[in-house]
This record gives sequence, structure tokens and C-alpha cells, in this order.
Amino acid sequence: MSESLGRRRFLGYVLAAPTLVTAAGLGSARAEADITDVVDLNDMLTLAALPTAGLISVEVNQDGTVSFALPRAEVGQGITTSTAMLIAEELSVPLERVRVTLADARPELVFNQLTGASNTTFATYTPIRVAAALAQRRLLTAAATELGSTDLTLTAGVITDRSGRGVDIGALAGKAASTETQRVPVELTSRESFTVIGRPHNRIDALDAVTGRKKFAMDLDIPGALPTMVCRPPTINGTVGSVANLAEVRALPGVTDVVVIATGVAVRAVTFGQCVDAVRALRVTWKPGTAEGKSDETVLRELERAELPLGLPAPTPTVEARFTFYFRGNSALEPNCAVADVRADRAEIWSSLKSPIVARQTIAARLGLPPSRVTVHVVEGGGSFGRKLFFDAALEAAEVSQKIGKPVKLMWHRADDCRQGRTHPMATSRVRASYLGGAVLSYHQRHTSVATDLGHGLGEVITALAAQLPVGDLGFSETFFQLSQTMSYNFGITSRLLNETDKGFNTGSMRNVYSPDVTCARELVVDRLAARMGRDPYQFRHDHLRDDRSRAVLAKVAEIGEWGRVMPAGTAQGIAFHAEYKAVSAALVEIDCRPETVNRPIRDGVTGPRVTKVVFAVDVGLAVNPRGLEAQMMGCISDGIALALTSSLHLRDGYFLEASWDNYFYTRQWNTPLELEIIVMPSTSETPGGAGELGVAASMAAVACAYGRATGTMPTSFPINHGTLSFTPKPTVPPIPASPTDGLRHA
Amino acid sequence: MPEHTFRVNGEQVTVDVADDVRLLWVLRDLLGITGPKYGCGINVCKACTSHLNGEAVNPCAIPVSDLRPTDEVTTIEGLPATVGRDVDTDLHPMQQAWLNHDVAQCGYCQPGQIMAAVALVHRIVAEGREITDADLDGLRNICRCGTYFRIREAIKAGMAQSP
Repeated sequence: MSESLGRRRFLGYVLAAPTLVTAAGLGSARAEADITDVVDLNDMLTLAALPTAGLISVEVNQDGTVSFALPRAEVGQGITTSTAMLIAEELSVPLERVRVTLADARPELVFNQLTGASNTTFATYTPIRVAAALAQRRLLTAAATELGSTDLTLTAGVITDRSGRGVDIGALAGKAASTETQRVPVELTSRESFTVIGRPHNRIDALDAVTGRKKFAMDLDIPGALPTMVCRPPTINGTVGSVANLAEVRALPGVTDVVVIATGVAVRAVTFGQCVDAVRALRVTWKPGTAEGKSDETVLRELERAELPLGLPAPTPTVEARFTFYFRGNSALEPNCAVADVRADRAEIWSSLKSPIVARQTIAARLGLPPSRVTVHVVEGGGSFGRKLFFDAALEAAEVSQKIGKPVKLMWHRADDCRQGRTHPMATSRVRASYLGGAVLSYHQRHTSVATDLGHGLGEVITALAAQLPVGDLGFSETFFQLSQTMSYNFGITSRLLNETDKGFNTGSMRNVYSPDVTCARELVVDRLAARMGRDPYQFRHDHLRDDRSRAVLAKVAEIGEWGRVMPAGTAQGIAFHAEYKAVSAALVEIDCRPETVNRPIRDGVTGPRVTKVVFAVDVGLAVNPRGLEAQMMGCISDGIALALTSSLHLRDGYFLEASWDNYFYTRQWNTPLELEIIVMPSTSETPGGAGELGVAASMAAVACAYGRATGTMPTSFPINHGTLSFTPKPTVPPIPASPTDGLRHA
Repeated sequence: MPEHTFRVNGEQVTVDVADDVRLLWVLRDLLGITGPKYGCGINVCKACTSHLNGEAVNPCAIPVSDLRPTDEVTTIEGLPATVGRDVDTDLHPMQQAWLNHDVAQCGYCQPGQIMAAVALVHRIVAEGREITDADLDGLRNICRCGTYFRIREAIKAGMAQSP
């Protein structure tokens, strides 16, 4: 597919500055989208970002490096690397010369600083390239004056004339600068000429990661910011009634402050170890929370009551099933944490935040300060999986710092992160499909879920565009659901509806949000339909998928994964498909459900069936960094395995029983597939789709389908092991466990 | 307050802190050595894995008073020196293998993963055998980004390159 010149011509800006600073001018360039083109969530977020995208700027420094402050959060997904690649491509500089940092909260960006919905590369792909291409053009013009020639080439950051005389872009940065802001047309590199984009690159932050130099929020050395933790209630969102021994705890070794806050009792000490001891020493009387007395069973009954009707069954044969998906935690390995320094007239916050503008507004309101007096620094995050869309720790840190008048370095204990942190809401999915002869006539899905909290900025995007979106008068969640779900199969008349109930839980968008559950339910029903209709699960899917791109990824995993190969009893393959974020994906999984595997001993771990092999094919349209894309799919596969087999939260008496990584069974080495192959399909588009979350749904679904085929029973409750409590729950009072002392004997 | 003396990354250190403060907080909060990470505080997630006299340990579960003046604590920051390399400019072969396999995503668990991997390989080399899937399955370090497969690949490559 060749890209026409017209599609590559944009308007950029040269900004008035002492060194060369260029910016994208998309808001006034031809890329103004027609609202009727809005068909999915990515479009909506990109559209919302358009009017301010021009404020994204690239700076060429006198030392020959190029700086860019990315208005997104890097939480492990590799966007600083892919962003550096875009700049290196258009500016013709080596990747090592590009310095990508994370921008502080910039309220003028309005919607253009929300990291979510796998939208980053999709939304920033063109603006960043426009700015970089314009910088290259300005440098070449400056070099022409300098070298007295227009026959110049820019390679590896050096501009050379035909005689071989060269000048480094650093030496030209001042000369290429402008004293006034100008609007300038610029042409982007054609896809055929790419030398950086589309080629695998290792991550630019890898050296810092493997040497321990990478700084996360808790590694920052902010003067006076001492360790701080919070003694939390025994049930979800309980509040403090009274504290019996404030003075006694204030006198404990290392403790500097103890103060009651909205969410519990905060303690500040010289070390976090002393915070743990102080939290455990507090004697607090608690008031009830927002989920008192609730359990998995009571929530399941709430969901049943909230389920929207499927209508009358068709007169033709039908397949019908209901699936249950229990609560899951989106805790990252880095727990909720933030540094706050609140003074009488200003505040400064450091945290990994995917919605820093909303965080800044909310924190300012809580502190009673004008937003302009609150500075929010976005720090690189130790994972997110949706968790860092919220800023629970930043809000708490600000409150504590204001109340005690000192800077704090606030961190949640792991037990807090499990029990009071955000969760993927419990949900059910009911599906009915009818068929006749060789045709599927209808497919209807009713997804019913505990409410997902979208109050992190995505809600504001939807509100602002609500009147323009083709979804009518729907709530945030239903809008999100409709925009993120597609029907990929030709299944006749289809409908999919979401209904939500119960806002008493701390929920959020966990990686891939609704899709893993919705797709898992659908793909299991597809397997059942195929069986009823006497068809092979792969061939049946292939025949019903709507387009070539979709069929290509499915065919690829079937071919590479040797679909249909003969396997021993108790083991099987499963295959599944998922489309989202303008991308398509397919997974082929092999699972071993034989007793000797299921019951293999692992101390304090859940073994269960083992996924022995995964073959995954992905087509994101245009893969900026195939190596990074493979990494994202690998992570998504680990998530999908956990969602299908092992990881969930058990709700009982108004609290979650899990309080440790040896309670919440995210995939571990002993659950990891021994064989893994990820295939990045050749580019099928001029623009990249989203990728960070894409692979979870197909992975979870393929594992479930493989389990169903290995055991001869369709699983209907997820994760598979939820019914067996595989650990002894830790006490809720005190809310966090004691620090062990046996480290010398127990590695 | 009691004084505690031990060695960290080749240097003798003395800290003035209560006996029962765990080594992790002495390293992070008092000495400013932030490579070992907090992920659970109860010796489960292994994000703080470091070496004590060459063996993998979890500092979150070691009271500082358990350390003797001759005890040598090695964190990720000091790993290259254990194979005679400069900690500011060089890498341990396992760190290089991690780079070659582009393992890290968020990177939070990776210092602990690498320290656990080096200790595992030491043990296997001492036993004079090849690394097995069961050895790799036995690693307990959590990676919530799910980089396990590349970790396995990197450990096998790092073992081949290790002195």
C-alpha cells in the first residue's frame, strides 16, 4: 500500500525560543476529523486530543541531543522507546540522542494527557513525527547557510555536504531557532522510506532498569519526605471512629507523626519498617464501609437481579450459557504510592499518574488551593494495568502532608493494595446464539457488572463529546462498553448490552477492561456452536470472521501452532480471536490438565492446569516497535493465563481475603508456558493501532477454550480455581502483617 | 540508638537504628540504596532480593541486628563488582543477558529477578549440571508485567556467559 504525498503533508510550528523548538500543528491541519468517522474508543480519544495536539513540541539542544516531554505515563509499556523511535525516524538522529521524559500535568492539554485504552501511539503517532520532521527541515535550512550548499544529507545527527564537510545538529540548534512563532508546512517520511519505525528496538530505559538506576516514586530523594503509611479499616472503605492510643504510637521509635485522615490513620516515621510497626500498634475503632456483609454469593445475586433480558428464545436451535467472573485485583508490583510536599500556599506531588490533569484538579480542590498552585510531576511507574489511572495515594499523601505540615513519602502496604485497592469488578455474561443448518442466525450477549469507576478523566472526555457521539444518551460505562466491543463474526442479528450495579466497591479499568470477560464468554460459546454444528473450532471461526485481516491472524496461529495435532488425553489445544484498538489478534494455546500436572507441588502456590504452549499472532496495522509489541503480547498472555486459571479476589464479610502475592495468584514462573511464539503480522495500515492491552482477551479466551476441550466440560466460572481457597487468610486487624524475621534462613 | 556495622557493595557501613528495623529499610531509607524494591514486605514477592555473602536473601525479612561486621551485602548496584567489573561502566553477564533479551518492561521487579537469577546459576554451576525447566519454575519472583518467558531465556543465556 503506497501512501500518497497529500496524506503526508501537515502544518507544524516553529516556536519562538533560543534553541530550535518545533511543534505539531494538527489542530489546524488537514487531519481535522469528521465526527461521523467516530466509530470506536480510540477514535474518540484521538479526536478529543486533536485541538491541543499542536502543543506537543520537540527541542533540539546545543549538545546535539533532542528532548521531548511525553504527555503520557510510561508504566512499562515501552512508549518512551517507541516515541524516541518516531523522533529518530523523522529527525534522522540516532535513538541514543533522543531524550524522552514524562511531562508534568499540563492542564492546557485538556484531554491530551490521559494514558489509557491503548491509545498513546495511536494518538501521538502523527503529531510527534510532524514536530520532528519540521525540526529536521529547519536544521537543513540552517546548515545550508552554514555550509553554503543546499545539497545536504542528514545522517546520524550530522549534516554533510557533497564535499564531506559536516556539522552536528547541536551546533545548528541555536541558528535554526526562531525569534517568532511561525506556522510551516512539512512533509513526513513515507512508510517505504522508514529506517527506524517498524524495526525491532530494545528499550531505551533497559540499562537503568537492570542496574537499579531507574527511579520510581519511592526512590526519589525529596528533602524531608519521610516514609508514611496508613492504618486502614478491616472492611472495604470503612472509616475511623476513634483511636485509643495516638500518643502511645507517636512515641514509638522513629515515629514523627500520627494523624487521622479520610481513609484511616496515617503514620510518618524515619523508615517504612517503623511505619509498619506503628500501623500495627494502632488501636482504632472503625465505622462500617461501603460493602458491609457482602460476599461473592450476595454480589452474584445482585448481578442476577440486574441482568438485562435476552428476550424470547428463537424457535430455532440455540446455545445458551451464563458465565461468572469473580473480582480481580489490578495491583501493580509497585504499590500505590506518592510523594507530597504541601505548604500553606502551594503543593508539589510526585507519582506515576495516567490522568495527571484530573489528579491535579482533584488534589487542588481537596487542599483548598487554586490548581495553578499545585505542581504534579509524572514519575515512571512500576506497572499500572489500569491501577494508575487513579491517584488514590497522591490524594492521601497530599492530605497527610497538609495536615502535619511536612513532606511525606506515602506508600500502601501490599495488603492494603489487595484489600482496599482498585479491582476489576465482578461480572456475569449471559449469551444466547441461535443457528439453523450451517448458519448462525443470531448472537446476543448481556454483560452485567459491578460498576466500573471511570472517574479518572475518561468520563470527562465522554461528557465533552457525548452530544457528538453516535451512541445516544448512554452513561459513561455503556458508552465505553459499546465503543470498545465489536462483533467480529458474521452471526446474523447481534446485540450486546452492559448493565451495571453496586457502586460500593473500589473498581477501575483493569488491563483490557471489559474485553477479556466478554470475549472469553463469546469464544466458549463459539466452540459450543461449532460442536453443535459439527464443525472444527478453527474452521468455523475462519468461515465466520468478517475480514481478511482477521482471518489472516487466525490462520497464522493455526498454521504455526499446528492446529489439530494429535495430543494425549487430558491435554488439548484452544483457539480464540479478538479485535480492538484497530487491531486484530489470535491465540492458540495448549494446556495440560492431567492430574500429575495439576497436582504438581509448589510451596504456597497454585499449580493447576499448565499452559504449555502459546502461539499468538497480532496485526496492529503498523507496528512502530515490533520488539516492544511482542513484549506487550507476552505480558498480555501472562495476564490471560491468570484470569482464566488462577487469579481472583474472594469477597467475604465485606472485605477481600487476599493480602499477599501468595494469596492472589497472578501467573508465576511455574504457570509460564514453556513454549511461546509471537508473530507480528506485516503492516496492513499506514497508522498504528493500540497494543498495550490487546492480547489479554484472546489469551484468556484461548486458555478457557483449551481447558474446555481438554476436560470435555465448558468452564463457566472464572478463574477456574476460584472455588478452592488455596491459602489461610491473614487477619484484618491489624490490617497489615508483621515484617518477618527469618530472612537469613528462608530465601 | 544501637549501631550496626556490616558491608554493602564492598564498603563498610555503620548505621544508627533500632535492632529490629529490617535490612530493606536500612538500605533504602537510611543508606539511599534503592535498587532493592518493596513489593510485599513479607518475603513473598522477592522484589528486594539481594545477596548476603553470595547467597540470595530477602532484606525485608532480615532484622539489621542479625548482620555481623564481616557480612557482605550485595545489591543490584554492586553486582558487576562480584565478577571484577566496574559498577559504573560495566555489567554483570546476567545484566547483559537481560539487555540482550530486552526483558524489562516497567522494570520494578527486575533488580530482584537478576539477583535471584545470578544466585540460581551459582547454585547450578556449583552442582555441576545444566539448568532445567524445574529450576526456572522454582523462581518465586513476581513480575506483574508478565515477562517470565524472556526471564527464562535471559537466564539460560546469562548462565552460558557467566564466569
